[in-house]
Amino acid sequence: MAKAKLKGHLINRDWCKGCGICVNFCPKKVLELDEYDKVVAVRPQDCICCRLCELRCPDLAIEVQTEQE
Amino acid sequence: MAVKDYLREKFFPHIWCPGCGHGITLNALVRSIENMGLKKNDIVMVSGIGCSSRIAGYLDFHTLHTIHGRALAFAIGVKMSRPDLTLLVPMGDGDALSIGGNHFIHACRRNIDMTAIVMNNKVYGMTGGQYSPLSGYGTMATTAPYMNIDQEFDVVNMATAAGATFVARATSYHVNQLADVLQEAILHKGFSVVEVMTPCPTYFGRKNKEGSAVDMMEKLKTMTTPIDSKAKRENPSLIERGIFVKKEMPEYCTEYQKIIERAMKTAP
Amino acid sequence: MASRLTFVQGNEACVRGALYAGLDFFAGYPITPSTEIAELMSVELPRKGGKFMQMEDEIASICAIIGASLTGQKVMTATSGPGFSLMQEGLGYAIMAEIPCVIVDVQRGGPSTGLPTKVSQGDVNQARWGVHGDHAIIALTASNHQDVFAMTVDAFNFSETYRTPVILLFDEVVGHMRERLEIPESGEIPLVERLKTSVREGVDYHPYLPREDGRLPMSDFGGVHRYNVTGLFHDMWGFPSENPRVVHDLLRHLMDKIENHVDEVTRYKEYFVDDAEMLLISYGSAARSALHVVMDRHQHGERIGLLELQTLWPFPANLVREKAKNARYVGVVEMNMGQVLQSVKMAVAQPERVFLANRVDGVLITPVDIRNILRLIQGKGV
Repeated sequence: MAKAKLKGHLINRDWCKGCGICVNFCPKKVLELDEYDKVVAVRPQDCICCRLCELRCPDLAIEVQTEQE
Repeated sequence: MAVKDYLREKFFPHIWCPGCGHGITLNALVRSIENMGLKKNDIVMVSGIGCSSRIAGYLDFHTLHTIHGRALAFAIGVKMSRPDLTLLVPMGDGDALSIGGNHFIHACRRNIDMTAIVMNNKVYGMTGGQYSPLSGYGTMATTAPYMNIDQEFDVVNMATAAGATFVARATSYHVNQLADVLQEAILHKGFSVVEVMTPCPTYFGRKNKEGSAVDMMEKLKTMTTPIDSKAKRENPSLIERGIFVKKEMPEYCTEYQKIIERAMKTAP
Repeated sequence: MASRLTFVQGNEACVRGALYAGLDFFAGYPITPSTEIAELMSVELPRKGGKFMQMEDEIASICAIIGASLTGQKVMTATSGPGFSLMQEGLGYAIMAEIPCVIVDVQRGGPSTGLPTKVSQGDVNQARWGVHGDHAIIALTASNHQDVFAMTVDAFNFSETYRTPVILLFDEVVGHMRERLEIPESGEIPLVERLKTSVREGVDYHPYLPREDGRLPMSDFGGVHRYNVTGLFHDMWGFPSENPRVVHDLLRHLMDKIENHVDEVTRYKEYFVDDAEMLLISYGSAARSALHVVMDRHQHGERIGLLELQTLWPFPANLVREKAKNARYVGVVEMNMGQVLQSVKMAVAQPERVFLANRVDGVLITPVDIRNILRLIQGKGV
């Protein structure tokens, strides 16, 4: 399978509750919580598109969009 | 079909607390349903009462939000009448194994084709943090202020002993395994039980000083291990994850259909 | 199917009525004196492609039939006092979620385990108020097997018409005794079928929005409309709501849809009521004895009549008030401590005319029992 190329992190700020799960378990430390406790991708260039943030989000608030889509 | 197509989006953001494992279970469930390509009109979700059971309201299926502990009984009525439908029965640990214990045992015994998803956060969350039959000796809760002296059930053992033909355990941390196990459970033709260990940071976590949602997820990682792993043999106190039981036995609706065929031959 | 003459137990008459009405699914639990209903259902339902389940308890039974009803089936369960107590929460759910179903309670001595094999009529008020919260309910009864059959068919018809559970309050004597029953030809008694929505797939369907005529079309689970069903107060889409306006309107709707149709669901029989000086009001097996007294004393020139109620709830207060208006004495004949008596006293003018002729020892009240009480009331001694 070809390695997916990141297009962007689609984050729904209304749904995000700032639990920090995606931030803490990102293997590449791509994500952080901003001053409103909402997740932002601060180092998108490091993202390996593993999608663990998307799969582990209790609020379905983050989506990893890749070029293949 | 994108995952969002299975949601009743107008009700989001949902009522669950930040970091609630039920949300993660919802996430994994819709992914496995999307993966199987199931049609929404073919799915009936029957839930009980409690934080877990609220999951039904967020999903765009035929949803039946019933009374505390009785989801399986309602589901059996639906399934017997429409055996072609896919029945999903999400319940909390108290809902399924305390007040619902009797129905749980008999549903397993009958091996009727449906999937019970026991979202086990070891507490009655909706009512503010009382202990459940899954909390365990030594834990704290609003109704065990000195300490809980109740021993806990083992959901997997209960389900197996009662006769369920597919029994699995996963956690909110191990989301890929969770989605896989849910998928296998749903595809299995018989009574499937999936126990999902999920964190309740707000009540169980705080009362038992387990830290944040992140800390509780971390704990799910470290206190569990695959079935019969080396780690388990070295440390028996670890909790096993995976598929414990998967066998083919006569399914209830199919058996009753044979009864109908026999009975019809005797009709006047 | 041509009409057919049989000699059966009352419990069987109920089963025949249910099958005639189009029953598809029965779930129940054995309990004396209703067990024969379950046993006969286990034989007859699969013969016509229907489904029978013996559940693990009465709670599972009421829940299972509600689930089945949502898929479009006509459903029933049967029990007695202790089981009926267990079913109250499920019954309340069916009331709140407006799900058609029929619940048979073959009454026995109570409370608690009571008298499993002996008669009483002690569950009348429980049928009205066993469920917590404000609500309305329809409860029917019968004194003979032909009426057991007819009331059972009516129960299914009312259940579908008003989208509500209906209770059939029979009793151990009627349930177990054997009597003639003529099963009518199919088509002879009109049946009310499930009112299905005409809203097409893809169009917004409101499971809880009444039509102009007050009826609520349903959509089967597994069909083209996906919606939510809950026991919480809910909006017209079936989603939970605590909005005071929504709550008030729904509660009023649940009450009004039955309380505003008392006349349509009132069933009764009357014997020599018009010029009765002594009016007996009775129901169920007690009415058999009451009728015997009326027929016997009438032959002796006494002005005595019987109003046999077949609808107990909603209580036909206007009917009772009207029929009792000219009587000097009104005697309620029942096998409990005065449950229908209470409703009669509230309904009639001059309630001091109303008295109780009862028996509560597990034995069917006899015509002699009734006569003795009437004589005492009239100051004539025994």
